[in-house]
Amino acid sequence: MTLTPGQTLIIICMVTLGTVITRFLPFILFQNNKNQNAYITYLGKVLPYAVIGMLVVYCLKGVNFQSPANWLPAAIAIVCIVMLHYWKSNTLLSIGGGTVIYMFLVQAVF
Amino acid sequence: MKENNRPLELNPGTFLESPDTASRQVLKKALTAAFPHTIPVLTGFTFLGIAYGILMDSKGYGVGWTFLMSLFAFAGSAQYVAITFLTSVFNPLYALLMTLMINARHLFYGLSLLDKYKNMGRLKPYLIFGLCDETFSIVCSAEPPAGVNKKWFVFFITLLDHCYWVLGSVLGGLLGSMIFFNTQGLDFVLTALFVVIFLEQWKSQKNHKPAIIGVLCSAICLLVFGPGNFIIPSMAAILLVLTLLRKQLAEEDGK
Repeated sequence: MTLTPGQTLIIICMVTLGTVITRFLPFILFQNNKNQNAYITYLGKVLPYAVIGMLVVYCLKGVNFQSPANWLPAAIAIVCIVMLHYWKSNTLLSIGGGTVIYMFLVQAVF
Repeated sequence: MKENNRPLELNPGTFLESPDTASRQVLKKALTAAFPHTIPVLTGFTFLGIAYGILMDSKGYGVGWTFLMSLFAFAGSAQYVAITFLTSVFNPLYALLMTLMINARHLFYGLSLLDKYKNMGRLKPYLIFGLCDETFSIVCSAEPPAGVNKKWFVFFITLLDHCYWVLGSVLGGLLGSMIFFNTQGLDFVLTALFVVIFLEQWKSQKNHKPAIIGVLCSAICLLVFGPGNFIIPSMAAILLVLTLLRKQLAEEDGK
């Protein structure tokens, strides 16, 4: 432990506060208008699709093209997930299959 | 006397009409419906949580601290970064600002769920508190089957994900560095979860432009700003493009 228990507690509070602010702010700012702003309603409709796209990229942020080992396992696994999902449409199968393929590739191949 | 007794008479319909007082049956149904959706998260959070607990332990922060952090902060990436706050000079303001930056993407989750969470009653504060990446993506795409209370369905998805994270990290803190098998690459399960949810949304929508905008803006920002700093520019870019295309997208949506 680098910090004292008191300091640690304060850091935990700060991380909690930062997270809580980002999660609650939109609800605090926009929920109380009974007649919701048309622009916010529009964003609420289109944002979920854009945000999931952003999350996929966020998860892949460690990928780079310096060597095949840095991008090929993820690329192969994602292609497999897409194929599995269009074939069987089974969420758990697609996620499990993709993960197993990825683990095999990073552990045994690359 | 008669008048006073009347409101206390309960019939099965009462529970359905006042969703905040749910019967065991309603809860059980919602939990059973919610659990399968959270299985990928169970896998991912157990593993990532264990890794987090081990890391905290290796820095001299015992399982009690790990428990507190995971229970209250409940933000994976911010907690990993917070290890650097715990192992350097005490600077609470820096910790707060960094957390705000890392978690800025949560602002979009709230904006996306304003409508869905509008009538969540007294469960709402907890649902917002527990709105992590994984819970958000499941809530976005999963609909409860007919006959399952929607509020409790969302509640159990949130609660289960929260529990997995807390239990996983506590387990890591207790185990220290005992490792059972080669887990390299297991964290990909969360990437796979997001990819599948992306595909589900893709199949459910005719208009793919918002999804494409999200991927392209983020990918371009990742290339330009690098992995450490691209989320906030991505959010700005997505907002800008969606705003510029509002008329077109709103028309295509039929509204």
